[in-house]
Amino acid sequence: MRAKSIVFRLLDLHLPAFRKFCIFTPETEQGLCILHDFAESFRLAFALVVSGDRDLYEIILLSVQVSLTALLASCIIGFALGTLVALTRFPGRGLVIVLFNTFMGLPPVVVGLLVYLTLSRAGPLGTLGLLYTPAAMVIAQTILITPIIAALSRQIVEDLFGEYDELFRSLSVPVHQAMAAVLWDARYSLITVALAGFGRAIAEVGAVMIVGGNIDHLTRVMTTAIALETSKGDLALALALGIVLLAISMAVNAAALSLSSTAARQAYA
Amino acid sequence: MMSSRLLSVLAAAAVGTGALFGVAQADDKSIIVQSTTSTANSGLYDHLLPIFKEKTGITVNVVAVGTGQAIKNAQNCDGDVLLVHAKASEEKFVAEGYGGPRTDLMYNDFIIVGPPSDPAGVAGTSDAAAAMKKIAGANSLFASRGDDSGTHKKEKALWKAAGVDTAAGSGKWYRETGSGMGATLNAGIGMGAYVLTDRATWISFKNKGDYKIAVEGDKSLFNQYGVILVNKEKCPSVKADLGQSFVDWLLSGEGQKAIASFKLDEQQLFFPNAPTS
Repeated sequence: MRAKSIVFRLLDLHLPAFRKFCIFTPETEQGLCILHDFAESFRLAFALVVSGDRDLYEIILLSVQVSLTALLASCIIGFALGTLVALTRFPGRGLVIVLFNTFMGLPPVVVGLLVYLTLSRAGPLGTLGLLYTPAAMVIAQTILITPIIAALSRQIVEDLFGEYDELFRSLSVPVHQAMAAVLWDARYSLITVALAGFGRAIAEVGAVMIVGGNIDHLTRVMTTAIALETSKGDLALALALGIVLLAISMAVNAAALSLSSTAARQAYA
Repeated sequence: MMSSRLLSVLAAAAVGTGALFGVAQADDKSIIVQSTTSTANSGLYDHLLPIFKEKTGITVNVVAVGTGQAIKNAQNCDGDVLLVHAKASEEKFVAEGYGGPRTDLMYNDFIIVGPPSDPAGVAGTSDAAAAMKKIAGANSLFASRGDDSGTHKKEKALWKAAGVDTAAGSGKWYRETGSGMGATLNAGIGMGAYVLTDRATWISFKNKGDYKIAVEGDKSLFNQYGVILVNKEKCPSVKADLGQSFVDWLLSGEGQKAIASFKLDEQQLFFPNAPTS
């Protein structure tokens, strides 16, 4: 990442202050400076964020855009599927629930491979030309997190529905209205479900690396940038990017919490 | 009301992403180059592509994977230009009609790096095959890419020349990481193993620890890069005109000079050797 030069110009690294954390071995000057590496990474992370480096903000923005879009698609599909399965009885329902729960553990790299084979020019949807675009990354992450949203919302809605079942049946409420009512009542729990999905999406690297290609200024996101810096051996910068990524996740989680608590206050006021 | 606010945030994100896709797809003056981690990680493309873009307005998007995967991706028509370093595989790619012609572009060399304790006693030697025979004979750890990359293909050829069967040592002294050059260096240095790497990756690598170059200078360690335009007849999606202008520029006097002028720590990483017409 070209952010590097700017960062090092910005940093007047007073490293001696951290050197006390190093354990020096007799034969090398370098020693084990693990704590020192952590300290430097935190400094780097801070310097990166305040530097306002355009490359970094582009990568952060793309990460958030891709994962939020995937989350939106997954919530629409997953809440609908989860609620439908929770509220209806049909043959093979147990199998569907087992499948939902199993696919929560989909390996990202396998999802990436399947999407690659589908979107590749040689694949069935190759003519769309979507491989190595952010759209391909959204598709891969949507496949990855929809089962999480569906499986968790199915459980939550089913538990809640137990309390309403008799009432709905006595009033002959149609299924789609029952679905809407239960989804609305479960909204606070479902925000946590959505956050679980978002966490999985923004943190995964295996799928977006394959279908996005980690192309500079086009499909590079935080996790693929971290993998790249690690492979360049720049562990301090890689860890610094990891700290920035965690900070983004924290900001999103805090925003969701404040939204839901504000809403709850207004509801009970 | 909370849900509607949450939804509006999500909708805004979706719209933003939609705009983003619009930009990405409207930008038709772009090509995809399937290439290797060694060229990308060293920063060569960060040096070359802005010069090329300024001259032609063409955006070059680089997908950096191992040579084996790069060739596979190009065979699937997922790239316009192939820039890799495994001559035999490249010639096979051309012979099968996936692209061509193949032209020599530049070279550097492979080196074997090792720990300062030098358990196999190969430091300072230049005969690669002999050194690898000694490493195997001493059961010293050796970290291999194991990923069908250009470097891995070279390494396998060297083991063959040394008459060593690595399969017997796999998981013992012979450690196949199955990952990229940088990841293999990280792992190899972590476990105190010898590693075969290209010089460009080594010079730009930041986590060298106390490792030093053990073996260098053998003719068999020569590392040739070639460039190939993917065949439009096999892959109608290939942007042949734009791809050809990138290939032509790389092979031109100006492109060759740009490659030679890429330096890190005062060292030249790639040496242009395109045939002069």
